[in-house]
Amino acid sequence: MIPLNWFLALSAVLFVLGVVAFFVKRDLITMFLAVEVMLNAANLAFLTFAKKQGLLAGQVIVFFVITVAAAEAAIGLAIILLVFRRRKTIRAEGADEMKG
Amino acid sequence: MAIALFVVLASIVIGSVLGMIFSRTPAYSALWLVLAFAASGGLFGLLDAPFIAAVQILIYAGAIMVLFIFVIMMIPRQEVFPADGRKVRLALSVLLAVVLAAEMGVALLAALQGDSAAGLSGLGSTRAVGRTLFQDFLYPFEITSLLIMAALVGAIVLSKKRAKE
Repeated sequence: MIPLNWFLALSAVLFVLGVVAFFVKRDLITMFLAVEVMLNAANLAFLTFAKKQGLLAGQVIVFFVITVAAAEAAIGLAIILLVFRRRKTIRAEGADEMKG
Repeated sequence: MAIALFVVLASIVIGSVLGMIFSRTPAYSALWLVLAFAASGGLFGLLDAPFIAAVQILIYAGAIMVLFIFVIMMIPRQEVFPADGRKVRLALSVLLAVVLAAEMGVALLAALQGDSAAGLSGLGSTRAVGRTLFQDFLYPFEITSLLIMAALVGAIVLSKKRAKE
């Protein structure tokens, strides 16, 4: 039997790694991938607590998180493509100014 | 047996996220992340959630990451990203990571009073998840379809080439 603590610890480690990746990487796509890592860590925590409480709601929430992640990926990638088309680069520094 | 499985899967997940951080090109990062998501699908299975595990592998590691890889392939690789030029930024990131890890440790210590062990009990069978999804969570489920629709339309409108450009 696996202690549930281990899953929570893994989730925390994954979340921290996602945050680090977000700040270390410099291109928009990899920063976006880091956000996905953080979402995954949150999903792991949701499932662990669902298991711990014996409630199915936690698993259903994970289902919704995955759906929202899909929607977010579609919109985010469209925005990244748009930035690339305008700036000819996907570096985060290339998109540091906003115009109305 | 289950513990060995957990250790193997957890080290695959952490290792491939580290691989994502240290690889230079977005394409390799995305492929590392596919591995990480597939392995965490296995972890979801260990947590008594076989349906969510299947969804994770099919939708996350399959569909979403393929979307990422498509976009990466559409963008020419005109530059190799150096790990990081500025040391200050790296140091700040590491500092943030340490603080965040400490904070999570404190939160975990508080949350983990009275630990229980993971073991299969048939909690998250497809039948049970489906029942919950379509009975207790029917309205959120329907609203989700609206969200997907909006995202679809938004993505098409955003990536449409304008005639004047």
